[in-house]
Amino acid sequence: MSDAAIRVEHLSKQYRLGGSVPGYASLRDRVTEGARSVFRAKATSRPELFWALRDVSLSIGRGEVVGIVGRNGAGKSTLLKILSRITEPTEGEVHLFGRVSSLLEVGTGFHPELTGRENVFLNGAILGMTRREIRAKFDDIVAFAEIETFLDTPVKRYSSGMYMRLAFSVAAHLDPDILLVDEVLAVGDAAFQKKCLGRVEQISGQGRTVVIVSHNMTVISTLSDRVVWLDGGRIVDIGSPADVIARYLSAGIESNLAWVPRAPASDAFVFHGVSVRGAGSDAEAFPADSPIDVEFDYEVRQPMPPGRLFFSLLNESGTVILSSAETDGTPQEHRTWQLGRHRMQCRIPGNLLRPGRYFVTVAEPDGDRYIFHEGALGFTVSEQNSLVTKDAGQSLIAPLLEWRPVRVPSG
Amino acid sequence: MHIVLKRRRGLARLGLRELWEYRELVGFLVWKDILVRYKQTVIGIAWAAIRPLSAIFVFTFVFGRLAKLPSDGLPYPLIAFAGVLPWQLFATAFAESSASVVGNAQMVSKVYFPRLIVPISSVASALVDFGVTFVLVIAAMAWYGIVPGPRVILLALFLLLCLAAATAGGILFSALFVRYRDVRHIVGFGLQLGAYISPVGFTTAIVPEKWRLLYALNPLVGAIEGFRWCLLGHGWIDARALAIESGIVIVALLFALYYFRATEATFADVI
Repeated sequence: MSDAAIRVEHLSKQYRLGGSVPGYASLRDRVTEGARSVFRAKATSRPELFWALRDVSLSIGRGEVVGIVGRNGAGKSTLLKILSRITEPTEGEVHLFGRVSSLLEVGTGFHPELTGRENVFLNGAILGMTRREIRAKFDDIVAFAEIETFLDTPVKRYSSGMYMRLAFSVAAHLDPDILLVDEVLAVGDAAFQKKCLGRVEQISGQGRTVVIVSHNMTVISTLSDRVVWLDGGRIVDIGSPADVIARYLSAGIESNLAWVPRAPASDAFVFHGVSVRGAGSDAEAFPADSPIDVEFDYEVRQPMPPGRLFFSLLNESGTVILSSAETDGTPQEHRTWQLGRHRMQCRIPGNLLRPGRYFVTVAEPDGDRYIFHEGALGFTVSEQNSLVTKDAGQSLIAPLLEWRPVRVPSG
Repeated sequence: MHIVLKRRRGLARLGLRELWEYRELVGFLVWKDILVRYKQTVIGIAWAAIRPLSAIFVFTFVFGRLAKLPSDGLPYPLIAFAGVLPWQLFATAFAESSASVVGNAQMVSKVYFPRLIVPISSVASALVDFGVTFVLVIAAMAWYGIVPGPRVILLALFLLLCLAAATAGGILFSALFVRYRDVRHIVGFGLQLGAYISPVGFTTAIVPEKWRLLYALNPLVGAIEGFRWCLLGHGWIDARALAIESGIVIVALLFALYYFRATEATFADVI
């Protein structure tokens, strides 16, 4: 017990559904409900209850980095919200040993009218830093965010990248014993992301405890010492990152060549289906030399912020083999969506993937962000015609590359 | 440090010590309120002066000139000034703090800090506008050549009464607002009525003696008349009335604090 940082005991959280907006009432509703219940023994319109977390027990050691994975609605965010004291448990209890900081969102409390400098102070104070602490770290924060020249510009004039960098930078300079992070590492460009990951590694290296929720399996597997898999509010599996991620990704899908989201995230954008197709009559496994097509069938129903289609391909241990966006080959990063129904296909060439199980994480646009459905699709590349059967050893991919003789200069 | 998180049962604890630990955050939120309120405005903080001045103009014209209400021989603008000063503090503090928790929904649902900080900092930022009005009052008194006696020291007590009343209302209504959006309408409507029920633009002298104690059930009566008494030397000061008013405010403040603390655990779930 002495070296535990977090002890979660039989934790449950119940939420109320039902009504137009959950939990949101007006006095009128209360009054009419009360009047009704006078005439009936009990109010008939019982709100629907559901358990976001059910009997979760978990102990996290000091200095440990624990990753939490699970599909949308599995209870990951609820767990972090309870740990960070934003909401209280319905049953069970949590013991926290040390100062806790949570990073459930970057830029909480940022005010668009205020300058970068003012927002650093404000945001730092909201996250629990003292004025003296912020002063001492101010230069580091600004240097980390790389926004020195814009310090006295209102953040409403910042690009979204600059805004995110500054916001993350403030949070990255917190000094808690326990740090809770919810899917916020996916900000900024690749170089900045790398910097963020480095920062989290550095924090955990100093003996601090980190709990991190992410849909990015590479982040989870590189950072975590242990991974917890949540589903339906319960812990399904706890163990080493490689084992748990492999089981998590392959759970429930033997072969899932087509996928439709259960409920669209927004009214503006609807996936009618995302599918993978390869050569061969055997739908389960594609020969290694056959190209594989990932097809998006989608409909844009309302004007929405510029975005793009993209997906990631993961191998069985959760390593991202490749990611591709429809805009990769075009100069502008995002494009505006055309209203109507469309189909887009992305071809993964044959003779590239090793034999094995693969998963496709699909990004579903929702306003100006994305919802990630990891392992939405799963398929197998068979050993048939694979280069691996000839040689290829332990390589991650097995591409067929071009070899050609070069003339030896005579002389 | 060992923190235990579980469902609260029974009477909530006030958590005043934790509130004290977070006092710096109050300062930052007030600072933000002020910065934001006057950024990108042409005349900036001058707005804080225009609001009370226009109210005083209207009260002097309507109650002083048209209705010819009594003013104890004092210039009517001063009567109105001494009324508007505490009333506007109360009205601003109460209105802003009632809306504060819902207005900061994003913060409340993403970061932990003692929730009471939010309505309390709204009350505190209303004090800044109060400061501006106060300077105007001093200027007006100098203009009319009125020098307050030593009793001006007691102004602090009446200020406290006014602030406590606003804090009690603000804390209670900010918690109610999270669940019942009706609060927005109730607060606006209540303050509109309050400005006429309370002796803001007129003095309590026009209220018949036998109704005075009933009238004093409104704590603002004590605060406003107290301000007049301290600043101008004329005002209705009555020990029994003040006892009633203070009692009401203390009970209301305690009730508000407990209600807020009891419901704050579900703020993030229903906001």
